[in-house]
Amino acid sequence: MIISIASGKGGTGKTTIAVNLVLSISNDNSYDCQFLDCDVEEPNAAIFLKPNISQARPVSILEPRINFTKCTFCGKCAKACAFNAIAVLKNDIKIFMELCHGCGGCSIACPENAISEVSRDVGVIESGNVGKIEFIQGKLNIGEAITPPIIIREMKKRIKKSGTEESKIKHITIIDAPPGTSCPVVESVKNSDFTILVTEPTPFGLNDLILAVEVLKKLNIPMGVVINRGGKNDNIISDYCQNEKIPILMRIPMDKDIAVAYSKGIPMIQINPKYSDKFKELYYKIENQLQISGEI
Amino acid sequence: MKEIVIISGKGGTGKTTITASFGVLAKNKVMADCDVDAADLHLMLHPEIKERFEFKGMSKAFINQEKCTRCGACEKVCRFDAIINTGTNFYVNQLSCEGCRVCMNICPVGAIGLEDDSNGEWYISETKYGPMVHAKLGIAEENSGKLVSIVRQQAKNIAEENGADYIIVDGPPGIGCPVISSLTGVDLALIVTEPTFSGIHDMKRIVEVANRFSVPVKVIINKYNINLENSAAIEKFSEMNQIQVLGHMPFSESVIESITKGIPVVEFCNDEVSKEIISIWDRVVESLK
Repeated sequence: MIISIASGKGGTGKTTIAVNLVLSISNDNSYDCQFLDCDVEEPNAAIFLKPNISQARPVSILEPRINFTKCTFCGKCAKACAFNAIAVLKNDIKIFMELCHGCGGCSIACPENAISEVSRDVGVIESGNVGKIEFIQGKLNIGEAITPPIIIREMKKRIKKSGTEESKIKHITIIDAPPGTSCPVVESVKNSDFTILVTEPTPFGLNDLILAVEVLKKLNIPMGVVINRGGKNDNIISDYCQNEKIPILMRIPMDKDIAVAYSKGIPMIQINPKYSDKFKELYYKIENQLQISGEI
Repeated sequence: MKEIVIISGKGGTGKTTITASFGVLAKNKVMADCDVDAADLHLMLHPEIKERFEFKGMSKAFINQEKCTRCGACEKVCRFDAIINTGTNFYVNQLSCEGCRVCMNICPVGAIGLEDDSNGEWYISETKYGPMVHAKLGIAEENSGKLVSIVRQQAKNIAEENGADYIIVDGPPGIGCPVISSLTGVDLALIVTEPTFSGIHDMKRIVEVANRFSVPVKVIINKYNINLENSAAIEKFSEMNQIQVLGHMPFSESVIESITKGIPVVEFCNDEVSKEIISIWDRVVESLK
């Protein structure tokens, strides 16, 4: 089962929920857990999980190289490029690498076979373990712009498929998604069995929650909400959820001890073990939601 | 005219709170919200939309099933796993398609076309604090960087027409394409961070990005009193990298209340945090002279 954690608004507690959820359920020997930090621009889960990283593999895209002895400056490559990344001048060609998506269209279009493709590293995927949890995180190289979805796509190829009927062990993959609602978020949550949306009871939290709900509806992913740093204003979120028939799965109150622990990179279940049961409960609620709707 | 962007790397550190207050404090300016996929500044500045424009970002491929001979050539060339082969049919997964047109060019029977997709809207608005340019990216769309560029360009046009002194830009979280689009060529990037391990980690990455694009940066520590040790670590990092720390905002319930009421905090109350934002703005003005 794949559970992703998303939010719309940044800083609402995605990583907190993802980290504490995986730590809480991985105690159970009938679950085989995997954790993917797909916030490749700003990956933070490792700060809390402190994984042993045993492998680092670069992620690269192919980008064009022109062989000028073959090139006739016909301009077909520039015409084929949908991203305006190639400009053909009288006797030179300019390639704007930051616009290149690595689609290979120019190389196919070249009648002289003058364009080869070379790989360029855009990020790295690091993997290892946290106890018996398999840990995978992606890191975008500094200055890269359009390549986060490529790294996320590569990471998600490592997701373990659910066990066979006979096997008693259940694979659970927890995905920590980036903030926002655009392509890196879509790439992260796509194909999840369930998405937890983490929000806070403020107009910002609500506004961005609504956007995130629209994304999940479009992707047809079942969802539930966690209200973080809650308190007297929770109804701003719960009224909306009630209208939209989205279940509220958990509420975490505003708590200075949790905030201080967070600032030091300490998961909340370590300072307040009663939360471990609450996160297990969160997982069971998700299982129930999916059973009711017949998704599993 | 000076363009200032407020960014953070990590989300939720207080970018919009600070931007909205700068909107109150700065005289003769244009406001721009470049967090186009989760925009919040409008909730504080309450713009009245004057003009509305469609944003056309990217056309996507579609397969004409009547013409398609199921040869599979498109599936082979697509590097984005966007061609789905159901066994009997091929179709394009619009969410994966990057609009590169390679499948369209390779199709031997011309069965693949492009669909123009409306990817969002952008707006020119008026607020009681002055003009504002903002946008809404279509749900689950890409190309937020392109929409950010449009918002910035429009804000610049208005600023030039009005002879404005400042453009104040609310930036997105992260370090990827919308951030780079928000950042390149500005006069000052203000990085809002918080004294948490995550905040520090993310600040270091955004500083690197700003350096890469030669953008001058200064730092604001928000909620500095949540962890004084980490705040000191931010100071030290900033000093070692010759980055000025412009101010320290204390944790304050009044910030949350002001957001709930939709009033920029410097207008909402006159407590310690408001006073600090006022002096930060004075230092920004001073540093841009």
